[in-house]
Amino acid sequence: MSEAVLEVRDLRVSFAHPLGLVRAVDGVSFSLAPGERLGLAGESGCGKSTMALAILRMIRPPGRIDGGSVRLDGVELSVLNEEAMRRLRLAGIALVPQGSMNSLNPVMRIGAQIEDALADHGVSLSRTALAERIADLLETVGLRAGVAASYPHQLSGGMKQRACIAIAICLRPRVIIADEPTSALDVVVQRQVMETLARVQRDLGAAVILVGHDMGLMAQFVDRLGIMYAGRLVEVAPVGQMVTVPRHPYTRALISSLPSLEHRGGLQGIPGLAPLLRDLPSGCAFHPRCSLAGERCRIETPALRPMGGNAVAACHLAEPVA
Amino acid sequence: MQAVYVIKRFGVFLLIVWVAATLNFFLPKLSGQDPVRTKLLQEAAIGGNVQVGMEQMVKEYDKRFGLDRPLLAQYGSYLYDVGHFDLNYSISSYPRTVKELIAEALPWTVGLLATTTLLSFAIGTLLGALLAWPRAPAWMRYLMPPLWALHAIPFFLFGLILVYVFAFKLQLLPMFGGYSPGASPGLTWDFISDVAAHSILPALSIILVSIGGWALAMRGMMVTTMGEDYVVFAEAKGLRAGTVFMRYCVRNAILPQTTALVLALGQILSGAVLVEVIFGFPGIGALLFHAIQENDQFLIQGIVFTVIAALGLATFLLDIAYPLLDPRISYRRT
Repeated sequence: MSEAVLEVRDLRVSFAHPLGLVRAVDGVSFSLAPGERLGLAGESGCGKSTMALAILRMIRPPGRIDGGSVRLDGVELSVLNEEAMRRLRLAGIALVPQGSMNSLNPVMRIGAQIEDALADHGVSLSRTALAERIADLLETVGLRAGVAASYPHQLSGGMKQRACIAIAICLRPRVIIADEPTSALDVVVQRQVMETLARVQRDLGAAVILVGHDMGLMAQFVDRLGIMYAGRLVEVAPVGQMVTVPRHPYTRALISSLPSLEHRGGLQGIPGLAPLLRDLPSGCAFHPRCSLAGERCRIETPALRPMGGNAVAACHLAEPVA
Repeated sequence: MQAVYVIKRFGVFLLIVWVAATLNFFLPKLSGQDPVRTKLLQEAAIGGNVQVGMEQMVKEYDKRFGLDRPLLAQYGSYLYDVGHFDLNYSISSYPRTVKELIAEALPWTVGLLATTTLLSFAIGTLLGALLAWPRAPAWMRYLMPPLWALHAIPFFLFGLILVYVFAFKLQLLPMFGGYSPGASPGLTWDFISDVAAHSILPALSIILVSIGGWALAMRGMMVTTMGEDYVVFAEAKGLRAGTVFMRYCVRNAILPQTTALVLALGQILSGAVLVEVIFGFPGIGALLFHAIQENDQFLIQGIVFTVIAALGLATFLLDIAYPLLDPRISYRRT
């Protein structure tokens, strides 16, 4: 893990709110090996998407990045000036946006939306070379070259998401952050889009961070899975290990709440609600919903500890497995 | 497909004009006033004439204007005339025709209002867009409160203040009229600069007052647009701030503004009555004011009809142009 392509250390993001500071991302650390696929899962509002934007340094007021470090190929991003950071977006770290239904400019043709990305990153090509490059990109993601002349409203949801992937890979980024890329799509299209994403990712050798809440999809796609709860990473483990021996009670609850074809009947959920980020419980933020919670959990915030294998978990009660 | 769309829209345009013309014909009839008699009585009062032969004169004029025929026959010939852009004689300025009077006033109004409307739209929209833009220079924030304050002042009142300060106290600019009394109208440099000098104050009163409105509307649209997913993605694409601003934010936020602009341009023909009256500007607004004062029904009808036709035409052109501005609006539907 020494030559990590992306290294996030103690990243913290908060939002100013009239009722108090909202800590949306609270001391998240992880690293990403070249070509690795990391999943980040958690309930809505746990800070997944905020973290994706924080890595790109795109948090808008009233939000702010309070601290922490993000390194891409060893280069610290927090000290870059705005222009250098702009050039790094897409070229170094590309975003495949959440809800691609609205992620394309409705009044511009798809081709033009790829063109301006290339142009603003200093790629100057002749008309024909440009058209060829755009056609190539579209075909790479499984779209006809003719889609370049279409407007977003003329495409289906899956096609729009593919177009977004085409834009994301147009400068061959080192890291792709896919923020719930398929949450608005039906399962058939979802699968096609994920396969496309997996294929272009392999071809580019880019590392991927897949943000989402669909544990089933995650399990199929990623190598390693991180579980977030209330702005913190509570467990990170290789996906097989996590599914078979989850260490954190929250992870266990997430996994057992997946519907299964074998055991039909009522769906099992997690009791209680996700806590308000501006009013977190003391100690372990999960303790009010945790059946195992003891005195220590109410007082002391657990840190991530090695749990055997490549797993880490932040729970006082979890025991390392050899 | 596009031809069908255009034809349909044109049909709607004709329908609007017809409805307007019909209302325009019947509404004054409902008032129960007899314009010819009123006019002659006025003349008589001014001239001190004895009212001998008055009834005969009324009859004679009614016959000449076709006012003695049954209502439906009048309506029929009115529609025929309007269809031929014949708006009848002006009663107050007889024997001049309404068409002549409007044609004389029109260039003044269009020149003043088209320029001011377009200028205030351009300046106001750009200001509004920049005000919503977080990277805009900080001093811009101080610009807005005064503009909003100005926006709250009716522009004829602001016009009076301008006249008082610049024309009366400082004597920098002419106070009244479209051009100096002695000037001979023509395409000479002297005349043009004379007209320009006369237009500055009325133009300024309209521009300064309306910029705030455009800016306010645009700022609101910009704030909404900047929250859209495509703007976030545009930023994630690492586009230059200028590209994100113009091609993603402004380009989308300006769409409702264009509708408002076209409607404002359509309304130009009604003139800015109060501004024109205050500045003695020889435009349509002043003409309408005069027509109402004199109870010149034909002139009022003619002006109102022209205004409605212009508004209908503007809406028609907007309908035709809108699919070009916003590809989501297609020619196929409706």
